[in-house]
Amino acid sequence: MAQMTMIEAIRDAMRLELKRDNDVLVFGEDVGHVGGVFRATEGLQKEFGEDRVFDTPLAESAIGGLAVGLGVQGFRPIAEIQFIGFIFEVMDSICAQATRMRYRSGGKYNSPIVFRTPFGTGVHAPELHSDSLEGLMMQTPGIKVVVPSNPYDAKGLLASAIRDNDPVFFMEHLKLYRSFRDEVPEEDYTIPLGKANIVREGSDMTIIAYGAMVHTAKAAAEELEKTQGIKAEVIDLRTLVPLDIDTIVASIQKTNRAIIVQEAQKSSGAAAEIMAQINEKALLHLESPVLRVTAPDTVVGFGEIEKEWAPDTAKIIAAVNESLNF
Amino acid sequence: MSKSYEVYAQDVTPLSVLSPDGTTVVNESEMPDVTDEQLQELMYRMVFTRTWDQRAVSLARQGRLGFYAPVSGQEATMIGTQFALNKEDFICPGYRDMPQIVWHGLPMHQAFLYSRGHQEGGKIPDDVNVLMPQIIIGAQIVQSAGIAMGFKKRNKDNVVITYTGDGGTSQGDFYEGLNFAGAFNLPAIFVVQNNGYAISTPFEKQTAAKSVAHKALAAGIRGVQVDGMDILAVLKAAQEAAEVGRNGGGATLIEAITYRFGPHSMSGDDPKKYRTKDEEGVWEEKDPIARYRKYLETKGLWSEEQENKAIEDAKQAVKDAIKQAESAEKMTVPGLIDSMFEQTPAHLAEQKEVFAAKGDK
Repeated sequence: MAQMTMIEAIRDAMRLELKRDNDVLVFGEDVGHVGGVFRATEGLQKEFGEDRVFDTPLAESAIGGLAVGLGVQGFRPIAEIQFIGFIFEVMDSICAQATRMRYRSGGKYNSPIVFRTPFGTGVHAPELHSDSLEGLMMQTPGIKVVVPSNPYDAKGLLASAIRDNDPVFFMEHLKLYRSFRDEVPEEDYTIPLGKANIVREGSDMTIIAYGAMVHTAKAAAEELEKTQGIKAEVIDLRTLVPLDIDTIVASIQKTNRAIIVQEAQKSSGAAAEIMAQINEKALLHLESPVLRVTAPDTVVGFGEIEKEWAPDTAKIIAAVNESLNF
Repeated sequence: MSKSYEVYAQDVTPLSVLSPDGTTVVNESEMPDVTDEQLQELMYRMVFTRTWDQRAVSLARQGRLGFYAPVSGQEATMIGTQFALNKEDFICPGYRDMPQIVWHGLPMHQAFLYSRGHQEGGKIPDDVNVLMPQIIIGAQIVQSAGIAMGFKKRNKDNVVITYTGDGGTSQGDFYEGLNFAGAFNLPAIFVVQNNGYAISTPFEKQTAAKSVAHKALAAGIRGVQVDGMDILAVLKAAQEAAEVGRNGGGATLIEAITYRFGPHSMSGDDPKKYRTKDEEGVWEEKDPIARYRKYLETKGLWSEEQENKAIEDAKQAVKDAIKQAESAEKMTVPGLIDSMFEQTPAHLAEQKEVFAAKGDK
């Protein structure tokens, strides 16, 4: 075991996969020599050479095209998109090309690609660095969407994503990169994609979250127990596609109430889809409507108002009480 | 305007090997490296492809084919470039580039299945190195960079060839793909079939650049312009580009000046709305097949008998292929679901059950 930040765990996963499989390639803007703008790939080029870990020209669309072409040639690209807002430049390669390769070729070709990208508010990043765009990916058939909330999960989920033979969109929350350390095994291990994790057990309320909101939800749950004696169960989804609806339903069967917390705007993100699936699969177990705690439907909050813009513990606690008092 | 720009903006003259009437070789030093049999094979393929195109247009009108982009007029460009390849070289076609991938090994009935909108059309045989026709104009250009990089990383002396039209050169992906190929020194050949129109929009409205070939300068790769109605010139340019790529010399942009005799596609385009009869007449005079036939006849390498055989072979091949395409097993929704991922996730498995229960197995 070692104490690692999430960024170190992500780097460790890539290092071990580069070692394990010669077809794994890491590329993107500034990922080679300098080791990435967040040092996620630091030291990898030195260890594995420029043939395996390399910088590209500054063009997201061609980075995506490069990944798709290399995937056709049997490589396993890990393509970094420097910040999430820049994926609009590469939407065609991700959402219209990589995701369809297996389908449109009847299985002849596939796209074993991981698109890694940082996102998330809380660090006062400039425009188009912190948006939560998982919803765009979730509605695109053919891609898996992974959002780890801690170093241990990040390493195991990224290893699974790299080994997956279909494209994976791997979202790394900026605020979680270095905010805390965790015990992380030094050897390689995987966490299956599509499996949620109950990070806090409870019987009065189910709080469903992902990414940085897992920590906000946990903090709210602790406060709820301390101040009101309410025992909230917190589920960290870890993967949005495939979604672990079974874990959600099992929890609701126990608590009979659910709140979904997401950093994305209300009409975006994962919450609406989760609500729809709860409606289909657990309606008769509900004592009150499922509520959403989200950002408002504006463009992502400017740096100075991020804190007020994003969900916080007070908003979660208010929603829990609204549900309980329904 | 600075002098350096003036230098770059010089007019270029497309490379021709044959005289306009085909009777003489005007550029002996640019003759491609081919045997007499290969010279005949080139003609066979052009005649075959012309007949196939005419039959496909008619099948599309009958509703027996779906999406179809006519190719008549562009045979020299399509066949000349593909002919320069080895079997292991890779083709990333655009939506009009069905002949190249069929001559590279894709069975014709699969081309027809693709046209009809059947998944089997995209199931490229294992030993055939092509992608399915690309609908997103420009995507094939950036993907080619990736495939070419793959060859380079595996130390193979193969090249990737990809095609787009004159309109496609306005896309960002066109520039990005060329630029990546330049920056990584990749074995790629970018062929622009400049037929003067992107649906109804003439080339002059795409760019103020004097030629597509000039655009290679921005990426630092070789740029050449060829007479796309002269199969020997096209073949020469493609052979050279392939040789450069195989020897580590990097990528080439080939602009082939050509013309499509038919409409943009069979989906309702009417060229009469944007082209004049005079213009069409001028280009029909330049028909690559007629021109090349003259050349082969002067060399005693082509007869009416050979021409008829190519036509009959094509008719028979089309007949067999459409029959095979029409008898393909129907697709099912569960089948589509199974082809989404290597391992079908639970939500899709659930949806598959719903469709299977409806009897759609």
